[in-house]
Amino acid sequence: MSQVVDAPVPVEVELRPAARLDMRRAVRLGLSGGVAMVLVCAIGMVAAFQPRMLIDPILPMGTFFLYLLPLIFGWTASQPPPTLEGFEPAKTGARNILAGALAGVLGGLCVGLLLIVITTWDLRGVFINLSPQLAEIISFGLPVAAAIPVIALVAGVVGALGGAIHLLSPRPRRATMSALAWVLVFSLFTDIFGQLFDALSLDFVIDFLYTGRGGALTIAGALVLFAVFFAFYWWLGGRESTLRQRVQAMPAGRRSRWQIGAAVIILVILYFVPRIMGPFVSQILVTAGIYLLMALGLNIVVGYAGLLDLGYVAFFAVGAYSTAILTSPQSPAFSPEISVLASIPFVMIAAAIAGILVATPVIRMRGDYLAIVTLGFGEIARILLNSEWLAPYFGGAQGITNIPDLQIGPITFSTPQDYFYPVFLFVVLAAYITYAVQNSRWGRAWMAMREDESVAEAMGINIVTAKLSAFVVGAILASFGGTLFASQIGSVFPHTFDIVVSITVLVIIIVGGMGSVPGVVLGAIVLIVLPNLLREFSEYQFLFYGVLLIVMMLKRPEGFIPSRRRAQELHAEELSQDAWLEIYGEKGLEEKVPEGTT
Amino acid sequence: MTEAATVDARPARRATRITPVSIFLWALRIAALAIILYGSYLSISSGRLTASQWRDLFVFGISTGSVYALIALGYTMVYGVLRFINFAHGEVFMVGAMMAFYVANALAATTLWTSSPVISLLIVLVAAMATSTSVAVIVERIAYRPLRGAPRLIPLITSIGASFTIQYLVRGLVGPSTKAFPRVESLRGTTEIFGLVILKSQVVVIAAALVMMTGLYLFVEKTRTGKSMRAVAEDPETAALMGIDVDRTIVKVFAVGGAMAGVAGALWGLVFPSLNFFSGFLPGIKAFTAAVLGGIGNIVGAMLGGVSLGIFESVGPSLVLAGYEIPAFSQLKDVVAYAALVLVLIFRPTGILGERLAEERT
Amino acid sequence: MKMKRGLKLLALVGALSLIIAACGGGEGGDTTTTAGGDEETTTTAAAEETTTSAAEGTTVPAGELGTVEVAAGEPIKIASAQTISGDTASLGEDQVRAIEIAIADKGELLGHPIELAFDEDEGCNSEGGQTAATRITADPQVIAVIGTSCSGAGVPASNVITSAGRILVSGSNTSPVLTSDLAGNEGPEHHEGYFRTAHNDAIQGAAAATFVFEELGLTNVATINDGDPYTQGLTSAFEAAYEGLGGTIALSTAVTADQTDMRPVLTEVAAAGAELIFFPIFQPAGDFVAEQALEVAGLEEVVLMGADGLLSDTYVVLPQTENMYFSGPQTPTGDAYDEFVAKYQEAYGEPPIQSFHAHAYDATNMVFAAIEEAATDDGSGNLSIDLQALRDAMHSMTHEGLTGSLSCDEFGDCAAPNIDILQNTPETADIAAVRANILATYSAEQLGF
Repeated sequence: MSQVVDAPVPVEVELRPAARLDMRRAVRLGLSGGVAMVLVCAIGMVAAFQPRMLIDPILPMGTFFLYLLPLIFGWTASQPPPTLEGFEPAKTGARNILAGALAGVLGGLCVGLLLIVITTWDLRGVFINLSPQLAEIISFGLPVAAAIPVIALVAGVVGALGGAIHLLSPRPRRATMSALAWVLVFSLFTDIFGQLFDALSLDFVIDFLYTGRGGALTIAGALVLFAVFFAFYWWLGGRESTLRQRVQAMPAGRRSRWQIGAAVIILVILYFVPRIMGPFVSQILVTAGIYLLMALGLNIVVGYAGLLDLGYVAFFAVGAYSTAILTSPQSPAFSPEISVLASIPFVMIAAAIAGILVATPVIRMRGDYLAIVTLGFGEIARILLNSEWLAPYFGGAQGITNIPDLQIGPITFSTPQDYFYPVFLFVVLAAYITYAVQNSRWGRAWMAMREDESVAEAMGINIVTAKLSAFVVGAILASFGGTLFASQIGSVFPHTFDIVVSITVLVIIIVGGMGSVPGVVLGAIVLIVLPNLLREFSEYQFLFYGVLLIVMMLKRPEGFIPSRRRAQELHAEELSQDAWLEIYGEKGLEEKVPEGTT
Repeated sequence: MTEAATVDARPARRATRITPVSIFLWALRIAALAIILYGSYLSISSGRLTASQWRDLFVFGISTGSVYALIALGYTMVYGVLRFINFAHGEVFMVGAMMAFYVANALAATTLWTSSPVISLLIVLVAAMATSTSVAVIVERIAYRPLRGAPRLIPLITSIGASFTIQYLVRGLVGPSTKAFPRVESLRGTTEIFGLVILKSQVVVIAAALVMMTGLYLFVEKTRTGKSMRAVAEDPETAALMGIDVDRTIVKVFAVGGAMAGVAGALWGLVFPSLNFFSGFLPGIKAFTAAVLGGIGNIVGAMLGGVSLGIFESVGPSLVLAGYEIPAFSQLKDVVAYAALVLVLIFRPTGILGERLAEERT
Repeated sequence: MKMKRGLKLLALVGALSLIIAACGGGEGGDTTTTAGGDEETTTTAAAEETTTSAAEGTTVPAGELGTVEVAAGEPIKIASAQTISGDTASLGEDQVRAIEIAIADKGELLGHPIELAFDEDEGCNSEGGQTAATRITADPQVIAVIGTSCSGAGVPASNVITSAGRILVSGSNTSPVLTSDLAGNEGPEHHEGYFRTAHNDAIQGAAAATFVFEELGLTNVATINDGDPYTQGLTSAFEAAYEGLGGTIALSTAVTADQTDMRPVLTEVAAAGAELIFFPIFQPAGDFVAEQALEVAGLEEVVLMGADGLLSDTYVVLPQTENMYFSGPQTPTGDAYDEFVAKYQEAYGEPPIQSFHAHAYDATNMVFAAIEEAATDDGSGNLSIDLQALRDAMHSMTHEGLTGSLSCDEFGDCAAPNIDILQNTPETADIAAVRANILATYSAEQLGF
């Protein structure tokens, strides 16, 4: 996506030369990048990641993440100014590399400064992660005086590489970036690929690519992977548009046959996923599926109806606790235990009631007050579940244990691998509901309400029913997640239903794209699966979420896979106004960094 | 925009039309009132607590409440100007408290801490203020300024992101453990003021909060900068036309709010001498409640709201919940605060003193 | 058009469910550890476990827990589940270190290296225990788990780990619910396959109550728990013993683990006229109780007493905990223990930081002894460890450990402990000094167990 104005430029107008790359901006970004690098060191990320090798023996993960920053900042610093109406497109050249290098060197010098600080003073009384080990890592084992120029040089080179990306024409650029991304994926998720090749009896591939099961990539392995993927994307780059045209040119009947065929293949693959991946990865996929279920529900409340619910976890808790109370022989309050499957209708009723109870008081509240009040409801739910007062019903801090496994007919689901299937089924169901409801009468009412409540009401939409129905549908979807969660984990505890869950679900739909189902799926995969697979990462998961929320809101509020309607809303004005603002307002130029074209 | 029809416009219309929702809301109001009154009656008539114990809870409520009030000022000022809930403000407070902890700890290792506690406390206060102010300004610069004019929920979501970022940055920097604030020996024990026996630390907290709030009130009402803040809050476009630099004024609003949160952070250390990276969340939510309670955008309202919420929270569990003989009712203290928030927004969304927001602005 | 898309999706759902149904029948049948109900458990827990055993028993013959095969040269895997982050981290960290020392001391087990395959964080709460146990049991090669640190985490962990056939041996769980009340009544959360080397809080509660009633001469006290099984178990054991002695429990109440404002609760305590508060909770809530007790009118003279959960380096240095009493397990003595402390000191640069390192060391060594007993070697170094035999070995052994002679009863309690009553005085600068300041020691027999 680019914010470049697509308006046709009259041919006769003589184009004015484009603005030159601003070096002051590179300095500023370099210093920001330096601060970011120092912070990454100081919060212990580098030292925590270091023991893990990505490419053996040259690239440990800590060093990689540290120098990823000068790459990003170098790339940003050397980004050509946006092409504006009436101007020539900016030319790329040595100046881009220079800007990238400048930003990189400045970043490196900041790290050098940190190195001096660490080696001179012992600040561990306050900053627990500024340890001698960190100094050892960032100095590459060199003495301080020698290390600083080396750090600056490395960062500078990396920054220059970031700048050089702009010099490549789109096809090699895409091939390079994609191939690098794949090498990274292979090196980060070595467990998965190990398991995969193992299941396919391709042991020799593991032996060649990796230093061992669960080990790092070998240098030769990394190079071969890069070459293979580079070649593939190069080939694809030449043919993609023709392929797409061919698909579009297909007669409708044939196309739908192809689509069904593809769907069947995907389903078959999905069927084998848990068996190949083993319990560990399956557990992560199940967790991701449960979050996805919640995200699809919240997508209706926030994405469709525009009601920012920060206490969404309460509905998840309602689902989990109703299942627990109805099914567990250890639940304190309710004795006739029923099966998990039989509890689902009751769970739905409980969730619907909870949805109405939460929604009614907030119907006449404005958007931001609604957010805070729902947050309050979420916290109230957690505190009550945890309290001694209601312990005779909910078990207090000790929760409810011994929740039976899900049983459908003769099949019992007990292992994470088993649970993959029902979770997947519920997700498909939720996605179907989301799709079906989108263009229904309800869906249109919600979206009208999101756009403008007063106008929608004037047009005859009943705001009360619209809001209630959005909350109820969202609550029911979340409660399904709760049911699956409770029966899979086998127990429920109040601390699970923390505000952090609500925020995580919110981040998923924002990153993916509010109102967009494929976006939500992508969001759940990126935000739940990745941090869980990368164990080193889990401590920094929420920091990552926080940064991601800010960056997404600043740069891409519509999400990675936006719903078309939403993207139009958010960008319509920008598109028409930015161009002229940026010509006259220097401040505008600093802030509106356009997206790259990759 | 969606929210353009502000709450003020609605009651008149709602009063004339009886819908199931309004019946439900009225029932809710009556039920809440009945529960509170009957619970209070039960616990007062049981005579469990003596008058002096009630008074202690009350005074303690005022002291926590004045800390809430200081934090609430930041919410209310930012809301007044930019119309969004700066979710990260609780974290601005937490950062100030953290800094106060480390400075106090460093001072406690010297003789200054015992020989001249007043100077030590002032140093702590200034350090906390400086830290909170800078964090507030940085957050404004990075996360909020580029979003002027964006749909209303976008800066709110950004501020949630900022809040998480700050929390977990602090966690990474100083570790997840709970830190114990050093004790100020000369503030231990009680003193007598107007015949009331009060803890010395509470006297300091209340006095410091009063001074800061009076200072802020005078600053906003009397100075040029204050005037420009009020002008921007009233109507930023017109203010800009009148020659006020809107961006700079907004930065100042954030800075002043941050400074107040910093003071609150330092004082928090005197009330609850222990904190961790998550300590800003709850006080933040409660301070926001206080701001709404007093009438958002209204500076005097925030002060009043803070103190009332502090009292509710301190007395409420013992007064209302204990009356129903709820076991371990103190666990439900935060429920009282959240319930207060919900009830205020249902009963009187414009707060005690009324909102000070420009009409029909988006 | 819309309709058609919907139908297609429905068709997909249908197809998928068919596939699952077709293949679901052939699930399971793993050669290694699959859970089964335990025939030996004759008490009430058996009824609860039948739900799981009925569900999974179709693939595994009842009463058999399966075996773990360790090929020649492969390591024998054990795991730890301790609290290693947050405010209770010292409790778990202390034990992880002890486990590491035990593994290093042992070197090789039956010719195989020993691997601490998991070092999970149970976070001192139920969720953490559940997650850690689920993660560990996903690896079928793990034979035994040393943990958990906290009883709250132990409740779900015991359930998950024992129903996966493995054993859980804790060095610091003390709640009676996990084993029994020592009077022959099984605890509600006891599962066969759970063992512990730490004391049972029935003993600690009685010791604390006896000390308060007989030595301090106080007859009207309040207790505060935080809802966690450990704190609840200990306060109720204390209350039962104290009332048995003739004392009055003025107030028995609860706070939450993350509560900061204790004034309402303390005001109630003052109103009840209690002379002592027994609050065997954790940090940071314990910090607030001690601090705010000094500030609430009517509690100026109140005596504070905590238990082993608060007996940590970061707690006893707080000014507000001065003169506070603690109950806790007796610190072991003897040459073997001194040698252990020396190793600890050398490896981690500080003396032991909490009370349960020796218990964890003993727990690990008991596991090693049980594996040696239960394993069979096929002659070429391939081990086969029968999990039922492993449990039997745990039950039948008598282990001479750092903490004394350990032999497990039918509910998994292995220790016959002595409980120390300690006091934090202005002279005791750190945890070691507090631990040395023993006011009284009670043995299990003395208390009538």
